[in-house]
Amino acid sequence: MNYENILSRRVLDMKPSGIRRFFDLAAQMDDVISLGVGEPDFQTPWSIRKTAINVLERKRIVYTANSGLLELRHSIAGYLNRKYNLSYDGEHEIIVTVGGSEAIDMAIRGVVNPGDEVLIVEPSFVCYGPIVELTCGVPVPIPTKAENKFKLTAQELREKITDKTKLLILPFPNNPTGGIMTREDLEAIAEVLRGTDIMVLSDEIYSEMTYGRKHCSIAELEGMRERTLVVNGFSKAFAMTGWRLGYLAGPEPVIAQMVKIHQYAIMSSPTVSQYAAIEALEHCDDDVAHMVDEYNRRRRYLVEAFNRIGMSCFEPEGAFYVFPCIKSTGLSSEEFCERLLEAEKVAVVPGNAFGESGEGFVRVSYAYSLKHLMEAVKRITHFLETLEK
Amino acid sequence: MNELLHLLKQNARLTNAQLADMLGTTEAAVMMEIQRMEAQGIIRGYSAIINEELARTNEVEAIIELRVTPKRDCGFDEIAKTIMMYDEVESLSLMSGSYDLSICVKGSTLKEVALFVSQRLSALEGVVSTATSFVLKRYKEKGILIDEEEKDERSLVCP
Repeated sequence: MNYENILSRRVLDMKPSGIRRFFDLAAQMDDVISLGVGEPDFQTPWSIRKTAINVLERKRIVYTANSGLLELRHSIAGYLNRKYNLSYDGEHEIIVTVGGSEAIDMAIRGVVNPGDEVLIVEPSFVCYGPIVELTCGVPVPIPTKAENKFKLTAQELREKITDKTKLLILPFPNNPTGGIMTREDLEAIAEVLRGTDIMVLSDEIYSEMTYGRKHCSIAELEGMRERTLVVNGFSKAFAMTGWRLGYLAGPEPVIAQMVKIHQYAIMSSPTVSQYAAIEALEHCDDDVAHMVDEYNRRRRYLVEAFNRIGMSCFEPEGAFYVFPCIKSTGLSSEEFCERLLEAEKVAVVPGNAFGESGEGFVRVSYAYSLKHLMEAVKRITHFLETLEK
Repeated sequence: MNELLHLLKQNARLTNAQLADMLGTTEAAVMMEIQRMEAQGIIRGYSAIINEELARTNEVEAIIELRVTPKRDCGFDEIAKTIMMYDEVESLSLMSGSYDLSICVKGSTLKEVALFVSQRLSALEGVVSTATSFVLKRYKEKGILIDEEEKDERSLVCP
């Protein structure tokens, strides 16, 4: 059969993730020291796993309500209120999703009509553009700059808004740059959006991982709740990637429509994970604090180390990535990563995998032990020395 | 806990420069803080965590549970101070529960340890009973896995 003729045009047109090729390259080699993952190295806190074990022993694992266990939704509402001063009604304004990913998918599909423009702050996580295209929307990247610590400025936003603009995707704390938006930064963005019909998809999956100051959600700002969809989840904050659980919070009329997508595509999110997630939200603040402290030490170590060896690196205040500049080597991001992998067997991710504005940078994850990071820095230092010769 | 102590407990061989980076302070400040804690006796020493099997030290280790009659005025301190003077005693703690002192003893043979218990410890005044258990295998010490490295099951690269 000629599948080219059979498969959906839009699926065929989707570009495979830029990371894929690099992954294949790394996978062929032995003894690779990877700094390439986007998931915590910590084990899910024991009390969460124990809760799941108890649920498996005692409960029937059946579908939950489409939107998720009501008890969990109330827990999420309580958590969002306690942590970020947001108020959502657990019964009508929250959907428990299969990871943050499904929440992003649903949010985009729920608001985008064919031809609508979706502003995507870049560099950023790889899924937004392809989902917009699958929905027949038009992705419009807004490149951010290193000199602005990869924040979105009001000016940059204004320049990209047209009468077709439907949605702004605001991914902070940011993967891959580690950049954050402070309340003042967000206030400037809100000022541009208030009074428009533009919605915001605020992807806050790294909200627990900020260093020095607390995360601020744009939904908290005046006039923004009604136009914002908040995406968050359990993967990063509670080291629960494999449990596949996240959530989408937004105004009731929007959530009421989106739940239809979730209902038809997913039915309900994994039941065992949902029970475990209640434990995470209610009793695991200390575990999270412990993980964040550990990330913070690694972050400080890496920023100092990269600056010392001449890979200039702004101080990232969020997520678990540093985003050093490699322009001084004269190599492109991909060349740098491939040669580093071949010469020293260290895997970092080319910055341009996260959008063109990531060119000239590489993403380094510090979701690894200090011992691991120190060995990697040693190898990268050696690599830079051999480049100079 | 003091963040510096926390890092030193994980790895006492980190350089002052590395510690300074992680703590967001200067090398000189780290050096002074360590010197202060050493001077005040907060840090009592540094030691390596060793896989004895691989190092082939062939040492025998036993945990001895000791029940003793406490002395008027000084409680358990007097007998503890006597016991800790023996070089064979690796660690010594006063315990709550069904016995009083927990002693870790190291020797080169089983017999040596057994003799130490029967001739030295049991003979001490105030000792009511001893129970000796030999260590067969150590899996984890001070938070570090002895026998195996934890495997990273995550994929090498992911977005």
